[in-house]
Amino acid sequence: MTLARVDRPRRAAAAKAAALDALPLRRRRRRRSRLTALAFVAPLIAYLAAFYLYPLYRNLDLSLRDYTVRSFVSGDAPFTGWDNFRTVLDDPTFGPALRHTLVFTFVSIAFQYVVGLALAVFFNRHFRLAPTLRALFLIPWLLPLIVSASTWSWMFNSESGVVDYALHVVGVDPVGWLTSPDWALTSVIVANIWIGIPFNLVILYSGLQNVPAELYEAAALDGAGAWQQFRRITFPLLRPVSAITLLLGLVYTLKVFDLIWIMSKGGPGDASSTLATWSYRLGFGTLLPRFGPGAAVGNILILIALVFGLLYIRVQRRQEA
Amino acid sequence: MTSPRSSRRHTVIGLVLTAVMLFPVYWMLNVSLTPQQDMRRTPPDLFPLHPTFEGYRAVLDDQLPYLGTSLLIGLGTVVLTLVLAAPAGYALAKLRPPGGGALGLFLLVAQMIPGIVMAMGFYGVFLDLGLLDSWWGLIIADSTIAVPFGVMIFTAFMSGIPGELLSAARIDGAGSLRTFWSVVLPVSRNAVVTVSLFSFLWAWSDFVFATTLDGGGDLRPITLGIYKYIGNNNQEWNAIMATAVVASVPAAVLLVLAQRYVAAGVTAGAVKD
Repeated sequence: MTLARVDRPRRAAAAKAAALDALPLRRRRRRRSRLTALAFVAPLIAYLAAFYLYPLYRNLDLSLRDYTVRSFVSGDAPFTGWDNFRTVLDDPTFGPALRHTLVFTFVSIAFQYVVGLALAVFFNRHFRLAPTLRALFLIPWLLPLIVSASTWSWMFNSESGVVDYALHVVGVDPVGWLTSPDWALTSVIVANIWIGIPFNLVILYSGLQNVPAELYEAAALDGAGAWQQFRRITFPLLRPVSAITLLLGLVYTLKVFDLIWIMSKGGPGDASSTLATWSYRLGFGTLLPRFGPGAAVGNILILIALVFGLLYIRVQRRQEA
Repeated sequence: MTSPRSSRRHTVIGLVLTAVMLFPVYWMLNVSLTPQQDMRRTPPDLFPLHPTFEGYRAVLDDQLPYLGTSLLIGLGTVVLTLVLAAPAGYALAKLRPPGGGALGLFLLVAQMIPGIVMAMGFYGVFLDLGLLDSWWGLIIADSTIAVPFGVMIFTAFMSGIPGELLSAARIDGAGSLRTFWSVVLPVSRNAVVTVSLFSFLWAWSDFVFATTLDGGGDLRPITLGIYKYIGNNNQEWNAIMATAVVASVPAAVLLVLAQRYVAAGVTAGAVKD
């Protein structure tokens, strides 16, 4: 408030004098308010620089040098350019890890979205208990990942897991799930779909709230059945929300690391390795860390995430415009 | 619109679907109460007919320090996130700082960076700073999950505060800081709750940063407590599941006490009203 006090005599003078004098005052006030605004964001900017940009820079630096445990501490690793990236791209794990990342992401998203949408339409019927049940559906998403992951590992256990027991009851031979190279990826995908359904349900449900009820009434008068109403009204009107949900899901699912690592460590072999788990295994998973290649894999993952991320931003901006 | 009978049918279907969805949660509870000798029985006991609390006793014996650490880290993360995000959200919403648009974009992109990549970068930084294996280093790392989200929630919420309210405060002689503290923050209670909830939950659940940055510390969070259990004695699943149940308590409490804030947080940014 010092500004107001300092300005008061000036303002009186300015009122008497020509309007020309008001100009620098306004400019000064604007500069002052810009400074205030900066002061409010300054802590955030300092924080982002120190704990976002700098770690990311360190990661880039890691991927461009030949680090060993010793030089990691002393910090004098020789610059090797794209060598780490070349090493990673030539590694026999790269192909499977990339393929698993894409399969994991797209299959998870497809199921999460379809199931989430079906549930959203179902819960939109406003029956008794609907709000309570919808809230309960949030639980899988809120649980710590280590909780969901360890629960699913035990359910998938090949000797005494309840999943194999259920299969046995309906007459299907038991599957090794997490210990079988053919099924490990499927197992982690199933668990991940379970975790992601609530997110899709909540967003799509709130999107449904914006669809005017009169549309359905009019369609019903015209004799449209439930399926036709869904196809001609719900789905088209939900398209913008669907696009956002799917793209956000993509960005989130590409990042998934905990779930896979806790359930299968990316194994057996590389059967459920994704870029995220491979990056971790290179950097931290063995006694002989290979930080350079690990960081290189991480940076490739960032690149893929950013492609979808920028697509998301584009879609969102266009919807707001 | 719907007839009472079809409403009842929907309720029944809804109950069945919820039961299917929550089966893994039930199973976690069931296994946590199963005695060790029944653990590998085929068929597995579908109900805890002979419940035992061995698992929960193990939690009390082994996991209390981990739980305390997680609480500390969770609360610390909430404080740090609020301190950074609320003023910045206010500035972005109302004060139009230079470069605000670029900052908003950066925050959006920041949320897309995989945690494992951040963890690797942090490992080097923390090694230099001597922050490895420290609880407050973990608070800093965990806050990176929540801060961009927090700023965006605060910005969205505070944009809705009527300008007249702020000019009224100014006319009454309140400075920017005073306006922020006594007018903006109290009005933004909902945003504060939402951001606090999620930053706590994310810090409580974090595994990536914990395992990379705090693997050997004295104060390790509960996620590592469970992970160590799984690694060491993969036989005592009642103890593992009992720890998992206890670790899920914050999520359950939040859902009961603050359901609408949770839904608000999930949809934030994804849906335009």
